[in-house]
Amino acid sequence: MAHPTVPYLGKDLLGLEGLSREQITAILDTADNFKEISERPIKKVPVLRGKTIVNAFFENSTRTRISFEFAEKRLAADTVNISSTGSSVAKGETLVDTARNLEAMRIDMVVIRHGASGSAQFLGERIASNVINAGDGKHEHPTQGLLDLLTIRDHRGPLDQLKVCICGDVLHSRVARSNIHGLRKLGAQVAVCGPATLLPACVDELGVTVFRRIEEAIEWADVLNVLRLQLERMKGGFIPSLREYNRVFGVTRERVEAAPRDLLILHPGPMNRGVEIDSDVADGPHSVILQQVTNGVAVRMAVLYLLAGNAPEQSTAVRSTGSSE
Amino acid sequence: MAEPQRRTLMDAAEVERVLAGMAKEIVRVTGGRDLLLVGIERRGVQLADRIARAISGAGGEAPATGSLDITLYRDDLMSVGPRPVVGQTRLPTGGINGRHLVIVDDVLYTGRTVRAGLDELADFGRPARISLAVLIDRGERELPIQADVVGRRVEVPRGGRVEVLVPEVDGSLGVELVSPEAAG
Repeated sequence: MAHPTVPYLGKDLLGLEGLSREQITAILDTADNFKEISERPIKKVPVLRGKTIVNAFFENSTRTRISFEFAEKRLAADTVNISSTGSSVAKGETLVDTARNLEAMRIDMVVIRHGASGSAQFLGERIASNVINAGDGKHEHPTQGLLDLLTIRDHRGPLDQLKVCICGDVLHSRVARSNIHGLRKLGAQVAVCGPATLLPACVDELGVTVFRRIEEAIEWADVLNVLRLQLERMKGGFIPSLREYNRVFGVTRERVEAAPRDLLILHPGPMNRGVEIDSDVADGPHSVILQQVTNGVAVRMAVLYLLAGNAPEQSTAVRSTGSSE
Repeated sequence: MAEPQRRTLMDAAEVERVLAGMAKEIVRVTGGRDLLLVGIERRGVQLADRIARAISGAGGEAPATGSLDITLYRDDLMSVGPRPVVGQTRLPTGGINGRHLVIVDDVLYTGRTVRAGLDELADFGRPARISLAVLIDRGERELPIQADVVGRRVEVPRGGRVEVLVPEVDGSLGVELVSPEAAG
């Protein structure tokens, strides 16, 4: 009897906007079964033996890069890390030239983080290797979105009609965008909450409810995903002060205790304790922040497994098929 | 195009009878002490459970059971086209070191599935011994792997396949021979 198979994901993972509900569910189901590998005495399976993966992080990252590296190594891939500092990029080489030079060394996959929105798609269209977006500017951070979905599903089951509020700096957040696309495709009701200066002007077009007060958001929500307040926003004049932000929009113990139902609290990290989230909440019973980190490895293993080998022979530039919808 | 033809090789009663015989043979071959029956996903798992019940039902020491999903150890994983669904491997928390394991599968054919299973088990520890029990041996091996306990040996026409059905997955118990489609 034929072994059941997973829906085809295409060559690259660029964002959740281009994936169907079935594709997202398939990734989450696969990740569920990859969790067990990290509990084994030998945390390694020979799935990507002989494959070479380049982690090209042109922006600072610790958590995501290490999570990808764990996932790659647990699938027995060979990995190479490059960053903008000290690389040819610092000497003025273009992104495509860097990638093509890497491809000339016979690589199979590129995990890219870059400050420019659309850079992952730009690269995916120009190289034959699989490209996985690990965060591109303000666009998307799909694996973070997927691990958030998996963590919510672990605790609340199917996401249909679940109420999820994304709190904080939605304007600059690629995590928020991936969350909104993924949550809506899985049938959740999505809201955002934050100062008007940190919400996109056309936020209504994203199909989300908007709350201006954190108390209202907490009263409405089953799940809060609290975004990191990027401290450089202070200099941009988006908020008067960190202290005021915490007073008006911070997720504090008092606010969480006043919630009408058992809230689930997520945060993509790194946290600014005492700004967007208080330590009592971050370390408290409602928080699943560390489980998000654990799930991150399983989700990335699933994505690597499902994409590997979907690329054509090298030297043929291809365009990702994207959505199957 | 003509439909592939299906022929019943074993009905439910015969499968039960053959599994009971396999249970006796497993106890004879292994001594029946501190056994761990590891079924290969998917249908080997249900067969292992049935054999375990047959052993304890006949007054023997109830064997522990586990399951092995060999998907990630397949030697054709990157060339099979759409990615196979990954199942779960479940082995006792106490580990497998020093134990006598019996791998249980529905059909033994090329031997590649069993090879993958052996590789996976090696990542979990060092059993004292591993035996292999299969309901159907259809021959045509591609690797030097043989079963210690065989329910039935069958010959399969070129292009045909044997399908073992279990109630938990297929709604019924039995073994069917599926012949290739006749040329249309």
